[in-house]
Amino acid sequence: MARRPIDPEPDLHTEPMVLNLGPSHPMTHGTVRIIATLEGETLLNADVEIGYLHRAFEKSCEHGTWQQAFPYTDRLNYNSAIVNNVCYAMGVEKLLGVEVPERCQFIRTIASEIARIADHLTCIGPSSMEVGAFSTFLYFVEARELMWDLIELLCGARLTNNYIRIGGVKADLPDDFPGRVKESFARTRQLITDVDKLLTRNRIFVDRLRDTGVIRAVDAIDWGWTGPCLRSTGVDLDLRKDEPYMVYDRVDFDVPVGEHGDNFDRYLVRMDEMHQSMRIVEQCLEMIPEGPINLDDPRVRWPAKSLVYTKMEELIDHFKLIFEGVKPPAGEVYARNESPNGELGFYLVSDGTGRPVKVRCRPPCFAAMQALGPMLRGAMISDIVPTFGMINMIGGECDR
Amino acid sequence: MTDAMQEDPGAAPSLAARRIRERFPDAVTGSHAWRGDDTVILRREAIVDVCRFLKHEPDFAFDLFIDLTAVDHLPRAPRFEVVIHLFSIAHRHRIRLKVPLEESDPAMDTLTGVWRGTDWFEREAWDMYGIVFRGHPDLKRVLLYEEFEGHPLRKDYPIDQRQPLIGPRN
Repeated sequence: MARRPIDPEPDLHTEPMVLNLGPSHPMTHGTVRIIATLEGETLLNADVEIGYLHRAFEKSCEHGTWQQAFPYTDRLNYNSAIVNNVCYAMGVEKLLGVEVPERCQFIRTIASEIARIADHLTCIGPSSMEVGAFSTFLYFVEARELMWDLIELLCGARLTNNYIRIGGVKADLPDDFPGRVKESFARTRQLITDVDKLLTRNRIFVDRLRDTGVIRAVDAIDWGWTGPCLRSTGVDLDLRKDEPYMVYDRVDFDVPVGEHGDNFDRYLVRMDEMHQSMRIVEQCLEMIPEGPINLDDPRVRWPAKSLVYTKMEELIDHFKLIFEGVKPPAGEVYARNESPNGELGFYLVSDGTGRPVKVRCRPPCFAAMQALGPMLRGAMISDIVPTFGMINMIGGECDR
Repeated sequence: MTDAMQEDPGAAPSLAARRIRERFPDAVTGSHAWRGDDTVILRREAIVDVCRFLKHEPDFAFDLFIDLTAVDHLPRAPRFEVVIHLFSIAHRHRIRLKVPLEESDPAMDTLTGVWRGTDWFEREAWDMYGIVFRGHPDLKRVLLYEEFEGHPLRKDYPIDQRQPLIGPRN
């Protein structure tokens, strides 16, 4: 049988393949869809589609009183609900032109930092699992349970906390709180150290994260990045330092900054920030003064229940606040704070009626997510997982 | 601007407002600094030039785009307002720009040429309010699906409005 001569230049014509990741995929912890166009294992294009978790946050807020928006804000970034609560409360208080008592500021700072630790744990834990490190995920789940236990001590809820009120907080710190914080932080420090030993010099982990998802500082700024993702590129911007609010100007802490702007630096920045947050909480617990936790103003914060149940005037105040709500003067404000993902902002517009005209949430990961597609262009398909994980998109916040 | 703001003693124009007015005398229609938030109200024709100026002028250096959204003031005219928040990393200061838009022609030029990060924010303003950003590279819905009818954050869109159910597309 005659053999066919081998064609020296065979026609290995290939076509790009379209691969759909999501909206429900083990990698997309959150609900997001990435439509990847592949040439071999290289990404020619990555279309990012969001919005699967859209629940009409703004529209719902416009149909209630100012106070009634708090449970909705819990569900924005549900890993650190208190930070959202605090930012929204700061916005309404700015509209009203009031300032909460000092003890309340400390409690809000403590609660925010505990929430920040829980958020970073939730970012690093699952992200490390997605690149193959399952035990570190379990270690961080244990640490996150400890943080949630602390938050449960404050307000009774673990995930959707609804702890902050306009002009105050729901409840004071329980008596055994400093002791519990000490115990929990000791264990959390140990767990973070263990994970640090397991991951930071782990060849497989470093290979997956180092030099992947690289973004230059100028590009990150151009895309509107903030928070740990921006700091990983070397830009030293942390609103807790640069525009201090609450009591951040009275505590000592460092702002970790990366230099390469890759996934590994985003991991390192978050690991270090958890230590800094614990430092902040410990200093706050030392410095926290005695005093009221709520604003003494019946137009803003309802009176104590003991008075509501026994006094006529206080009962009326309570009734009016529940049914008519707080009535900020007509105007507009922008309040912002450093959420675990970056600058969380609330742009609030009031017409003086007690119902919001607009409650705009500026979500930090929305700005970061729009850069994901362009960042992934030219990368390997395996880079999608760590890059997406380290941007830390939270569906509730991104899609609102 | 509301009455409460006009009475506010903090309503003196800021440095940024004065400088924009000097540079673009026809662009500024008002300014205030209520509750410490520096705000400049601009004509839509000038918005891109003013934004370029604010970004590149060393005294301001508003390099970090923070937020772009819209407000529906129904029944007031002009009905819509596009609201932009900016931040300067070098100077750590902020400014808010507002662009009133008429209901009959809710359109302005895109800012994606100044800050790339305005991309999805403009898509969201289109999605929710139906504001058109002329020159945007890909102005389509971002949070809602393409078959969605109407712009739900407009005040005349009822909160209990139902939408057609759609099946999977591909």
